[in-house]
Amino acid sequence: MKKSYYEATARGRVAGILDAGSFREFLPPSARVVSPHLQALDLPVAFDDGVVVGRGQLAGNAVLVAAQEGGFMGGAVGEVHGAKLTGLIARAEREAPAAVVLLVETGGVRLQEANAGLIGVSEVMRAILATRSAGIPVVAAIGGQYGCFGGMSIAIACCSAIVMSEEGRLGLSGPEVIETARGVEEFDSRDRALVWRTVGGKHRYLMGDCAQLVDDDVAAFRAALIESVANAEPLSMASVEREHAMLARRMADHGNLDDARDIWRALGWQDPDAVPMLPTAMFLAQAAAARANP
Amino acid sequence: MMRGGVVLRCIKRWILPDMEHRHYQLTGRRAVVSARPCIVGVVASGNLEVLIEPAAQGGTCIVDVDTAMAGFGSVWDAVIGDFHDRHRLAGVRVAINDNGATPATVSLRLDQAVAEFVAAARPDSRA
Repeated sequence: MKKSYYEATARGRVAGILDAGSFREFLPPSARVVSPHLQALDLPVAFDDGVVVGRGQLAGNAVLVAAQEGGFMGGAVGEVHGAKLTGLIARAEREAPAAVVLLVETGGVRLQEANAGLIGVSEVMRAILATRSAGIPVVAAIGGQYGCFGGMSIAIACCSAIVMSEEGRLGLSGPEVIETARGVEEFDSRDRALVWRTVGGKHRYLMGDCAQLVDDDVAAFRAALIESVANAEPLSMASVEREHAMLARRMADHGNLDDARDIWRALGWQDPDAVPMLPTAMFLAQAAAARANP
Repeated sequence: MMRGGVVLRCIKRWILPDMEHRHYQLTGRRAVVSARPCIVGVVASGNLEVLIEPAAQGGTCIVDVDTAMAGFGSVWDAVIGDFHDRHRLAGVRVAINDNGATPATVSLRLDQAVAEFVAAARPDSRA
């Protein structure tokens, strides 16, 4: 029976992704490491500042894992939240686990914490790259209501691999931000079909921005993360240059196109309008021949 | 300077909610042996998290409430009182971060927390 990844809490996702009973939390809620900035602003805190971090097993291999709770401030990264993520990712260099697994759900920097949040996100970016340089894969999952936006989208794009569901979204500026800054003619944030074909899981998969697309099912995410850990490519000058070449090709091939459906048509989809309605398995089968080279 | 200070305080009251902190010490009788801390819920709008931990103070159940909505003291008194009538826990500390949950939601979360706390304390529940 399917368990929705989208509906699950951060703690529920950790329990469902890892081997049963293997999770040991660092800085648990009882440690009460809360945000001093929110307290100073007279706003409610969470005992874990909206992120669960710890150690567990994935298919018998030791992993370090973090899960962001979208329900708390949209998963936004404050000073403590960011420090927990950075500390976890950096810890991998000492413990040498099989991987660091990030269950992402975030709007980016927590604006209430201003520069402390910004610095936190930049430290996460650096930690991801340092840990990958040490030979340890950092894999991410995106499939929650809040997606992965803001500065954290840049950090997560630095990961070894990303697993998404169709419901997941990965982008930098949020839809409402684009509409506010550029006007509704440029981007209508209430047009959900437009939003999802611009930043949603299926489009990201077709563009090569995520390695795997799975059903909204915790077990499917678990299987995909196990596979991504096993197939993770080391960070090297060659891999970075390959990614730069892919991005250059993307600009050359699709830079003048206005809508994702035009891109999909250019990739070989005969009926781009049908893409959003395709069930995952059928979509993946057709995408094998009509996907940007990642 | 003083005028500036007064203006700043008025703005704070208008724009920012005032957190309310409530502290209860209740005499209980049901101890839960070998208990571990448990947390339930999420501090989302209309929701709350409840942390329940073993504590050393013997026959007392301590409850601390931090709520984003001030002015509902009598409602909290009733909800916490009913909670204690149901469970009469002793040697525990309950801490709540509330973001405007209804009394019914608070009661359900408290019961959920106790159920997990008791289940986690069973010897066969340890991984």
